[in-house]
Amino acid sequence: MTRNVTNRVRVWLLAGLFVASVVLSGSFATTAQAQTKDPIKVGFSMALSGALAGGGQQSLVAIQLWAEDVNKKGGLLGRQVELVFYDDQTNPKNVPGIYSKLLDVDKVDLIVSGYGTNLIAPAMPIAINREMVFMGLFGMNANAKWEYENYFSILPAGPDPAVGFSEVWFKAVQEKFKPKTIAFIAADAEFAQNLKEGAVRNAKAMGMEIVYEQNYNPKTADFTPILRAANAKKPDAIYIASYPNGSAGLVRALAEVGTDAKAVGGGMVGLQFAGLMAGLGPMLNGIANYDFFVPEPTMNLYPGASDLIARYQAKVKAENLKVDELGYYLVPWAYANVDILGQAVQAVGSLDQEAIGKYIRDTEFTSVVGKIKFGKNGEWASPRTLVVQYQGITNNDLDQFAKAGTRKILLPADISTGDLQPFNALRK
Amino acid sequence: MAIFIDLLLNALVIGILLGGFYAALSIGLSITFGLLDVVNIAHPTMLVLGAFIAFLLNSTWGIDPILAGIISTPFFFILGWLIYQVYYNVFEKSGAESLRGLAFFFGLLFIIEVGLIIQFGVDHRLVEAPYIGESWNIVVGEEIDVAIPFRLLVAFVVAAIATLSIHFYLTKTFFGRAVRAVAQDMMALRLMGVDPIRVKRIAFALGVATAGIGGALMIIVLPIEPSVGRLYLGNVFAIVVLGGLGSMSGTLLAAVIIGIAESIVATFFGPSWAPAVSFGILLAVLAFRPEGLFGKTAGAH
Repeated sequence: MTRNVTNRVRVWLLAGLFVASVVLSGSFATTAQAQTKDPIKVGFSMALSGALAGGGQQSLVAIQLWAEDVNKKGGLLGRQVELVFYDDQTNPKNVPGIYSKLLDVDKVDLIVSGYGTNLIAPAMPIAINREMVFMGLFGMNANAKWEYENYFSILPAGPDPAVGFSEVWFKAVQEKFKPKTIAFIAADAEFAQNLKEGAVRNAKAMGMEIVYEQNYNPKTADFTPILRAANAKKPDAIYIASYPNGSAGLVRALAEVGTDAKAVGGGMVGLQFAGLMAGLGPMLNGIANYDFFVPEPTMNLYPGASDLIARYQAKVKAENLKVDELGYYLVPWAYANVDILGQAVQAVGSLDQEAIGKYIRDTEFTSVVGKIKFGKNGEWASPRTLVVQYQGITNNDLDQFAKAGTRKILLPADISTGDLQPFNALRK
Repeated sequence: MAIFIDLLLNALVIGILLGGFYAALSIGLSITFGLLDVVNIAHPTMLVLGAFIAFLLNSTWGIDPILAGIISTPFFFILGWLIYQVYYNVFEKSGAESLRGLAFFFGLLFIIEVGLIIQFGVDHRLVEAPYIGESWNIVVGEEIDVAIPFRLLVAFVVAAIATLSIHFYLTKTFFGRAVRAVAQDMMALRLMGVDPIRVKRIAFALGVATAGIGGALMIIVLPIEPSVGRLYLGNVFAIVVLGGLGSMSGTLLAAVIIGIAESIVATFFGPSWAPAVSFGILLAVLAFRPEGLFGKTAGAH
């Protein structure tokens, strides 16, 4: 009897152990399966408010379009992609905290930058310290001081971006007007200062005498005194490296005070944004500025970009998003920024940062902005900046900027759609 | 020499006009902070709200931004009335206005900003008006001419009218004197049978109401986006303190001094020094006159 009871207990114990082992092994298997199927988290800060939010918001929509595309195709490494992002408020002080949180709390697998040099630079030490591959969106020479081998820049300004960014503008101006003197007006900000430094080198290389060189504070409310002071030096050309507030202020000052300079513009950020283009309207006529994508008929450098922009515009309209309605300026580039990282992860077959970095360094990529090969410091091996001139703008309608003719491409010569006109010849 | 005179004259004129604009941004704070001792740090963001209302009326119905500012002023008066009611009941009544009151206005700043982002997005906005982008060129002499941008001239004239109206209202009317009295001795006012809270409520509403016209001037002078108010937070407080707390004419004069200093420094010494010089003036004045240019000394109270 006692033996029977003991045997029965043993049977129950064995059965219990068996059930427990099945349940536990099952749950382990489920956990392991869940781990492999956990999404790949891509983390970034983005200027969703503040002075650069006009660019930041359209970049975010572009990155979301990329994530949708990737997830539709089954994700990366068989896992869905999840975006984790925070608003940096266009404030560089917020950036280090955001990336620390992304890596330590959110445990993201991959990181990319926010929009613009001022917001890339503060994230660089963290990316380097954590040995993460870091894709930079429109960073002007952001890696020059660090020389970090796993930083890669999406800015088509060539191997020496400070020089390459403005080189095409100087070529166009030199070819047409051969200016002897030049004035420089630049914002007191990382991007504008790097840009001015390169532009000064271009001006000197072309034998131009610098007659005025001043920086302005982002709080500047009125730019007429600055323009008057520059005009007093009678420059043949005025190169401006400005952020959106300053760009708009200087365009208005140009309308009110005028200038005798034959060429004006260069590195004015914000004039590519739908809100400012429509708001400034005819005041833009005559300004020659950098750009990366305009709706001109020869703009066939990037075959995938037009489709992407059309999708972006449809999404903005359908979802009534309060973002840039056109999206020419940043959408293809923000998409390419994450697309290249995704292509590298897929090719390497893992999230090993060193392997991903090596793959990006060694590979020529094809994305919505054409073929991309990275060179020294992660910059582009060859520049592809456009110089355009605002021409024939008669009113403040936004629609005209979605059509050809308002931003004529001056250079590169093979896709040129217009000639550089003297600034005042295009003013009323 | 002609170039120097030309630059100097233009810098002075632009400085004065710019000062008028700064006064329009600061006058509301001069009432709420200077007279009523309510640290309304949300005031610049309320100005941005005023600017967006002007943008909305201008872009939808083509209403002139100044007229839009006048139309929105009663709305801001009611808004100010309600805000003070909440502020008084929750913080001031219990004597918790110093730190928690500050947090309240900080929160208000964020709520307005986020509301603007949701409604209008983050793009820079501008308005259309015949006086924007045009200037009046006055030939003074050979190689000397003064260019007066109409948008700054309009801003100056409207700001001067608004500032002087408030100044005369506060100094020449019975209610104005009551507002000044409430700033000096609330208990004495209460003993005279006047409800000081009602006076403060109306005065606060008046201060907030200036955001209607001030915001309209803001979008005439600058491109705006929801967070642009933060850029001018320091400047408006500096002007109110420099002018002397509670002095409307002092605020106007301080704004003009700051405007001229910025303009001259930008013209002759480089624009990046302009904000430093403005705050340098503030520090220098406060070192010799802690009560500001037109502020009353402690003894006078």
